[in-house]
Parts: sequence; structure tokens; C-alpha cells
Amino acid sequence: MILSAEQISKRYFRKSGEANHFYAVKPLSMTLNPGTVTVLCGRSGSGKTTLLHMLSGLLTPTEGKVRLGETDLYSLPDRELSKLRNASIGVVPQARSVLDTLTVRENILLASSLYGTEDRREEAQRWMETLHIDGLADSRAAELSGGELRRTAIARTLCLHPPVILADEPTGDLDDENTQLVSGCFRKAAEEGAAVLIVTHESDALNIADAAFRMDGGQLSALT
Amino acid sequence: MKRGSLAIKNLLRKPGRTAALVILTALLALSVFGGSVVVGSLRQGLNSLESRLGADIIVVPSSAQSKASFQNMLLQGTIGAFYMDGENLDRVREVEGVETAAPQVFLASLKADCCSVKIQVIGFDPETDFFVRPWIEQSHTRELGDLDVVVGCKVEAEVGEILRIYDERCKVVGRLAPTGTGLDTAVYCNLSTMKTLLAAAEEKGVSHKVSSDESDDQISAIYVKVKDGYDIDQVNSKIQGHTRKCSAVRTKSMLTDVSDSLSAISGTVATLIGAVWLLALVILVVAFVMIANERKREFAVLRLLGTSRSMLGGMVLKESALCSLAGGILGVLTASMLVFPFTTLIETSLGLPYLRPSAGTILGLALASLAATVLVGSLASSWASFRLSRVDPGTVLREGN
Repeated sequence: MILSAEQISKRYFRKSGEANHFYAVKPLSMTLNPGTVTVLCGRSGSGKTTLLHMLSGLLTPTEGKVRLGETDLYSLPDRELSKLRNASIGVVPQARSVLDTLTVRENILLASSLYGTEDRREEAQRWMETLHIDGLADSRAAELSGGELRRTAIARTLCLHPPVILADEPTGDLDDENTQLVSGCFRKAAEEGAAVLIVTHESDALNIADAAFRMDGGQLSALT
Repeated sequence: MKRGSLAIKNLLRKPGRTAALVILTALLALSVFGGSVVVGSLRQGLNSLESRLGADIIVVPSSAQSKASFQNMLLQGTIGAFYMDGENLDRVREVEGVETAAPQVFLASLKADCCSVKIQVIGFDPETDFFVRPWIEQSHTRELGDLDVVVGCKVEAEVGEILRIYDERCKVVGRLAPTGTGLDTAVYCNLSTMKTLLAAAEEKGVSHKVSSDESDDQISAIYVKVKDGYDIDQVNSKIQGHTRKCSAVRTKSMLTDVSDSLSAISGTVATLIGAVWLLALVILVVAFVMIANERKREFAVLRLLGTSRSMLGGMVLKESALCSLAGGILGVLTASMLVFPFTTLIETSLGLPYLRPSAGTILGLALASLAATVLVGSLASSWASFRLSRVDPGTVLREGN
């Protein structure tokens, strides 16, 4: 499924200063194609995460449209957009996103439990084994390290097999070995048909990229 | 894991937070249910007293300090005895407009070897009585024989037992239904038995005579029913003029005092319940808003995974409803443990007729209190739920970067 952005931008108003607004993301268009890994690089504050949130249906663009297939995400009512995001867009946020009140296994199954009745316990077990967190299945978030929390969030996303995967600094907390492991998982997901976007400031991710972009001051440019 | 179980897991895995909410709502339910039961019991007591009295006018000796002493006897079961000349009964019967005049004679037993218990004994005339007899007939249909007594529900004596009063052996032949008034602590007999007991008391040195030169024909109170079409106040005034050293009291005015006291207490309890409600509502709103702020990230993650605003709101409401329900049940049970075992203490402290409502009414009050508690809990969380549903997950997740 193709995820495309058509001239989207995000403008914020300032409370004080010379200009009363600024662009976190300047008008841009991009397409995430099925079966490809797209890498978006850039320094902190360049607008990468804002773009990812707009692409995921979490942040309404000031201008432009985001389409998943033929569907304009931001024309949908909240209930339908939420359901679509659950079924079709897997997001790995940069921040800690594992719920403290649940175990690792429950966190991984959380997204599938919101709407579906399909039993994904075997799938969850497979991803825990792949990402080497199966020994922590019944542990709570408070007992996990940063890397383990990150791999739990990644397993939660991959467990649903979403057609679009948006990952924000997915290897930020990981050592080299686990970085390789996670990169391999995203590559495999793309080979199985997913459109994958990895937002990162690490150039290593470019190794698995089919397409690459750079964000700088809210402006997108293709990397050749 | 099912979506519905997420709310339950959140509650169970944050025991401190859940306990605080449960205790808050329990306090609310306790005040609502406890207060309702007390006020309901007072109303039931007043209704019982009204239906029990049945008389339009009550004539008592002036020595009974007008109506106060008699009222204390009726309401609080204060043991007392006061007498007036029996001729007053004939004088009352002669008054135009009087339909029935029924006498009663009171005697207080002693806390001494001659008596099983210190108790109020009330003698009545089965021929004319309309006050005690209909009540007695509910539990004892045969005529009372000599030295037969019927006991109020709070007298510790079973049917068949012998009560010794001034060394006279009286047989308990019936036990009366509760009224919630002082009448529950008395023993009832016919006038013939009362004469025997008065004579026995005289022998023990307990005089019941108004003065030494008067006859033995003494009575304590006359219950008067006025004929239809006659003005009760006018008949009351005429009785006052026809009798000697007596006070004629309109029953209604006596009950008005009780009713006024009841209204005052009901008002106080209602104000207290209202204040507790308001306080609990404010505390719960603040608590839910604080919890909502603390859980912003959790809700942002849920939004990220595809939870809609309405699902999120529903989850918060479900959590608060479960907390409130648990708190409501705890509060109702605690109130039951505080109110029901201490009925006598409450009754004595208030000095008003107090009769516990039926089990059905109490169940209704408990359910209404539970519903009210869940409603307040849900209302309090709805603001927090609304705020949370408007949270921009992107911004919240960025804040933690």
C-alpha cells in the first residue's frame, strides 16, 4: 500500500519574536512504496519527527494531504482514522512507548487487541524470540533496559504486519548487534511487501535503504 | 488480552492509585447511605408514632410538666409515673364532642429484689382502649387475664416467661411489634392487673396517690377521640375547663414538635451529605485530573496504536466506574456496620422515634447510594477523560524525547 504526502507542511505560531510563525516542515511531497525501505536522515530539530507524525495520521498538516492508497487520512473522522492507523500504519516512536502496567507480551499484543479478535500470541512469541526478548515475556516495563524497551516497541509494531511501518530512531538505544538485528527485521518486512520509513540521525541505516532523504531546517531533499 | 481487560489491569497494577480512589468514593457512599438510613429511620419512627397514637387529645396531670414528661416517655422510653384523680375520666366523657375517652395508668417498677427489671408498666382498659389494644391484637388475640402482660419488643422477656413486678408474678403472653418509640420498652396489662400491681407497690412503700386523702382510683393519662364535625381545639379547651389539675394536649401539636426536630435533623444530615458530595466531587475531579496528567504518555501511546478518542474516554470512564463501584460497595458495607449495630445509641442520642425501614427500603437506599456514587465518580472523571481525548499524542511523545 502506497503512503504519499502531497505538499504537506507544518507551521507553528510563536508566542514572541520577530516572526509570528515558523515552519517545522516546509511544503514537501514524498511517497513510500511497498517493498522498499526509505531512510530519512537529518540533525535534531530538522523536522523529521514532525514529518513522521504527519505521515502516521497523528498530526494534522497545516497544508497538504496524506494519502494511504486512495484514502485521504485527515478527511476521516477520528474513529475511522484510528482504526485505519491500527490496521495499516505501524509506528515505532522515538520516545519510550511501552506501558508500565503491562508485561512485555501484553504490550506486544496490545495493538492487536484494540480491534481484532485474531489470536496473535504465536506471532508475538516469534517476534520476541527474533528480537531476543522472549525471556522477558512476563516482565513489566520497569524491569527493562532502554534497549529492551525499544525492541519491545518494535516487536509490537511488526507483530501486526502493517503495510506501512514508520520508525523514529528505532536503533537509538541499541548496541551494534541489536542494531543489525533490528535493521534486518525492517529489511525483511519490506521484502514481505511493507513500505518502511526509518527516521534516523545515524548514517548506518543508509546501508539498508532503497531510497534516502535528508531533512534540514524543515526542507526535504533526496540523497543520491 | 482483550481491550476491556486493559482498564482492569490498569486498576490492579496501580494499587496505590486505585486504593486512593476507592477510599474517596467509599467515603461518599458511606455518608449518603448512612445519612439516608438515619433520616429514613427517623421518618419511619414518626410515621409509626402517628399511627400508634391515634388520639386527637391526650389529657395528663399538670404534674407531668405539661406534655414534656409524657413526651419523653413516649419518645425515649423514660420511665415515669404521674397520676390524677380518676374522676377526670368521667368529666372528660361528659364534654360535648368527645367520642371515646380511654384511660391508662402508669407504674414504674424498681431496680430492686422485688422486680425482675426496672421498667415502665402501662395499664389500659380493654373496653374503651383504642391506643394499645389494636397493636396488642396483632400479636395476642385473646383477652388479657389477671397478671397477664404483653411486652414491648425491646423488653428482654420471651412469651411464657414470668416477670416479677413488686413480687407479683406476671406471665408474658405476647410480644409487640416494634414502633421505634418509647412504647417498645414498656409492659402492658389490663386495669385489673394494674390495680394489683399498684397495691403491691404501695406495700413496698411506692405511693401512686395524688394525695393521701384521695381515693385509690387514680389514672395517668386519658386518650380522647373527638366526634366527627367537632373542632378539636374547642373540645380541647372544654376538656381543660372541665378537668382539675390536668393538661389537655393536642396530639398534633405534640407531634409537630417531634416533626420539627426531625426536619431540623433531616436538614442537617442533608446539608452534611451535600457538603460531603461537593467535597468528594471536587477532590475526585482534582484526583482524576492529576492522574490524567500523570498518564498522558500512556494515552498518547494508546492513540498511536489506534485507540480512538471515544475508546479512550470509555476506558477512563470504565476505570472510574469500577473504582466508584468498589468504593460504593465498601462505603455501603461500612455504613451498615456503623449504623445498624448502634441503632439504640443513635436513637438515644437523637431522642426521637427511630424505626429502621424495611429490608426492601434499605436495599433500595443501598442501590441508590451505589448508583449515586458511580455517577459522581463518572462525572468527576469525565472532565479528565475529555482532556485526555484531546491530547496531541505527537506532542506528548516528543516531550519525553
